[in-house]
Amino acid sequence: MAEEVAKPEDLAQVDYRPPAKDWRDPAVEFRKGVFCYSAAPKHLQYLGLPNPRPWHPSDADWKLPADWKRIILEGMKERLDRFRSFRLFMDICVRCGACADKCHFYIGSGDPKNMPVMRAELMRSVYRRYFTPAGRILGPLAGGRELTEDVIKEWFYYFYQCTECRRCSVFCPFGIDTAEVTMMGRELLNLVGCNINWILEPVANCQRTGNHLGIQPHAFKDAIDFLVDELAEITGVRVEAPINRKGAEILYVIPSAETFGTPHYYTLLGTLLLFHAIGLDYTLSAYASEGGNFGLFTSHEMMKRLNAKIYAEARRLGVKWILGGECGHMWRVVHQYMDTMNGPADFLEEPVSPVTGTRFPHARSTKMVHICEFTADLIHNGRLRLDPRRNDHWVATFHDSCNPARSMGLIEEPRFILRSVCRRFHEMPENTIKERTFCCGSGAGLGTDENFEMRMRGGFPRANAVKHVRDRFGVNLVACVCAIDKATLPPLLEYWVPGMHVAGVHELLGNALVVEGENERSTDLRGEPTGAAGASAGPQPEGARE
Amino acid sequence: MNALGSLLLVLLLAGLGFAGGQVAGLRPLFGVVVPYAAFVIFLLGVSHRVVLWARAPVPFRIPTTCGQQRSLSWIKPSRLENPSSTLGVVGRMALEVGLFRSLFRNTRTELREGPRLGYGEAKLLWVAALAFHWAFLLVILRHLRFFLEPVPAVVAALASVDSFFEIGTPGLYATDIVLAGALGYLLLRRLLSPQARYLSLFGDYFALFLLLGLAASGILMRYAVRIDTVAVKQLALGLVTLSPVVPGEVGPLFFSHLFLLSVLGAYCPFSKLMHMGGVFLSPTRNLANTSRMKRHVNPWNYPVDVHTYAQWEDAFRDKLKAAGLPLEKE
Repeated sequence: MAEEVAKPEDLAQVDYRPPAKDWRDPAVEFRKGVFCYSAAPKHLQYLGLPNPRPWHPSDADWKLPADWKRIILEGMKERLDRFRSFRLFMDICVRCGACADKCHFYIGSGDPKNMPVMRAELMRSVYRRYFTPAGRILGPLAGGRELTEDVIKEWFYYFYQCTECRRCSVFCPFGIDTAEVTMMGRELLNLVGCNINWILEPVANCQRTGNHLGIQPHAFKDAIDFLVDELAEITGVRVEAPINRKGAEILYVIPSAETFGTPHYYTLLGTLLLFHAIGLDYTLSAYASEGGNFGLFTSHEMMKRLNAKIYAEARRLGVKWILGGECGHMWRVVHQYMDTMNGPADFLEEPVSPVTGTRFPHARSTKMVHICEFTADLIHNGRLRLDPRRNDHWVATFHDSCNPARSMGLIEEPRFILRSVCRRFHEMPENTIKERTFCCGSGAGLGTDENFEMRMRGGFPRANAVKHVRDRFGVNLVACVCAIDKATLPPLLEYWVPGMHVAGVHELLGNALVVEGENERSTDLRGEPTGAAGASAGPQPEGARE
Repeated sequence: MNALGSLLLVLLLAGLGFAGGQVAGLRPLFGVVVPYAAFVIFLLGVSHRVVLWARAPVPFRIPTTCGQQRSLSWIKPSRLENPSSTLGVVGRMALEVGLFRSLFRNTRTELREGPRLGYGEAKLLWVAALAFHWAFLLVILRHLRFFLEPVPAVVAALASVDSFFEIGTPGLYATDIVLAGALGYLLLRRLLSPQARYLSLFGDYFALFLLLGLAASGILMRYAVRIDTVAVKQLALGLVTLSPVVPGEVGPLFFSHLFLLSVLGAYCPFSKLMHMGGVFLSPTRNLANTSRMKRHVNPWNYPVDVHTYAQWEDAFRDKLKAAGLPLEKE
């Protein structure tokens, strides 16, 4: 694929001048590299979604259902009545344009319809035409636009070119959140069967097997067993990693990528080592083996269907509370949707750390704690022996993942851990971190290979900030708490800032963690030489784990 | 095209008001009927819109968090940017409504050689927006002197503070200058920035020209074309006390002013000007980030098709058994 992709220096020549053409013309060009392929009909059939059929976005005929227009308009009506956010965001935008250059896709592509205000206008123009008196009467003069098949194509193009990162909503004087608009747009597109495979295949997998990767329970067990062996080889410590064990105190839910993906896998190594070190009474689940939720990128209903497994499994196993791993959009779902959708979790107890006795009253209702909150508390209470020199081969920075930053406020917990386990840590520029963090460019289900060019464009602002700290401080590692980041930052950085590495916070914790009975560690969890000795050699770039 | 069209429309409306004031027979229409009708449309329309918003539930607690959450006791939470209490939300909303907090964050992204992205200061939009809105509010309050008798001391004081600089006779109002200047900036920005021009609709220019027309006619009446303020006050008092008096020769510019105001009021419910009410209801701003702390109920939450544990165990029974994983049913 690499040879087909434009060179970074060419991609960085972004033309921000809008075309002369009126934006109400919906025609879009489905050019290779900037859109995602359609979902295979078998996934729609399995999930019971409408209009399963073979089709491709570059086809002229999308084989929409005969009454597609009625379906879309009725779907809009229903959502306008159900979501104040949607109705309000359709009504109150003043088009000041403050959001325009806040979107990573606009910055990276220069396409004016990637300005958040315009992305929403694609929907608003239809809303005004069919749902407001002024638009019904005056049409274009009141900013209304006819709903045509070309508009559906345009929606597909631009609503699958938004990663629902919510950065624009930080800058909007009315808090208009494009993620809400994109979520509605995708729900509507799903009603007529316009969805993408990179989202619906994981969704179907998750429904069937319990996780996005489609790992069946025996393979899940194999992966964990393999991991335990590898951890024993590296550290000399054999950890317990129970699966589906009833009566455990805590259910630990991870993004499934941690069992197979690299570098996610090292995060799980670190986490399981941590649980061993503190003697945590926990279990994993092969049924609720996915914290991530690509249902969020499909519809509220699908999000609820997939998320329901976590509480159901916590109830079945009889645990007291739930701990959740490093995953970005998973925490958007857990923090802002889970309790409302699938609660009340009155069969669980208010989370208390069994090690420090610390209560987590902020998770009193949902009963689910973020692993960084849990670990930060352990470190703060001096319950971990840490040797940060073991991370001396890393000069780290921290990439805030969109959802934990802007839909939760998990800002200091991971930083506290990083500073405790890593002696060289540098922040990226203020405008690119915390609530102003830039998306990896591949979130919300867009991290697929066929969309490579658009991902590189969308991730450009993030990569550019990484380059800044690399040049300035010699940063060689981007730490993060998101499984999609761990999958998509490596190719992004390879493209824009070659030689960078990506790691989970708990991988670095695992490196630094001094565990009773361990060997003298000569390597980090990746099997690379640790400490200052390793710095000169430098670790190998990420690739698929053999 | 949008800009020119809306300018022409506003000029036409102003001319219509002007003409209405010239013809004695039309004055009852332009002086009484139109303002009342506009006021009724404004009230009913705005209420209708607000009721539509209020009736739509807020199914999920989805604040946009702009700072540290409240979690561990020793980590300082950002009480205003990521509020976890009602007081914090009130503070956040006050900053948002009164000072346009979010707009204050505005930056200008620049792609430089390298390639290197820079994020420069871009506070002018914030300054202009804030200046316009506050000046407009003060101008409206100042106008209360036409609607109240006796004129409350606060309103009189406001006028005297406003003309503090004592430039010219009658004293130049600072708010007039600020209002016109800010509107001018907002208009120029739309016209000169290619991105803003691309995304601006007819309604965006129309609102600006309407406000500019209103401001211009008001300023002209105060400083250039003298009008009979006693008659204006008679008309205003008559309108608010529901015993309207059709005025005589007030001065034609006044009728332009009044007509543009009527149009603005009646246009409000059908336009983006509703943002003034909407900002209070925005779920990304007016909710506390207590999503995990307190249960938030979705009134239309409905049961969905879930792949249950029992179904899952049935589907994978042999594999679970072979892997030695515990089963509910052997």
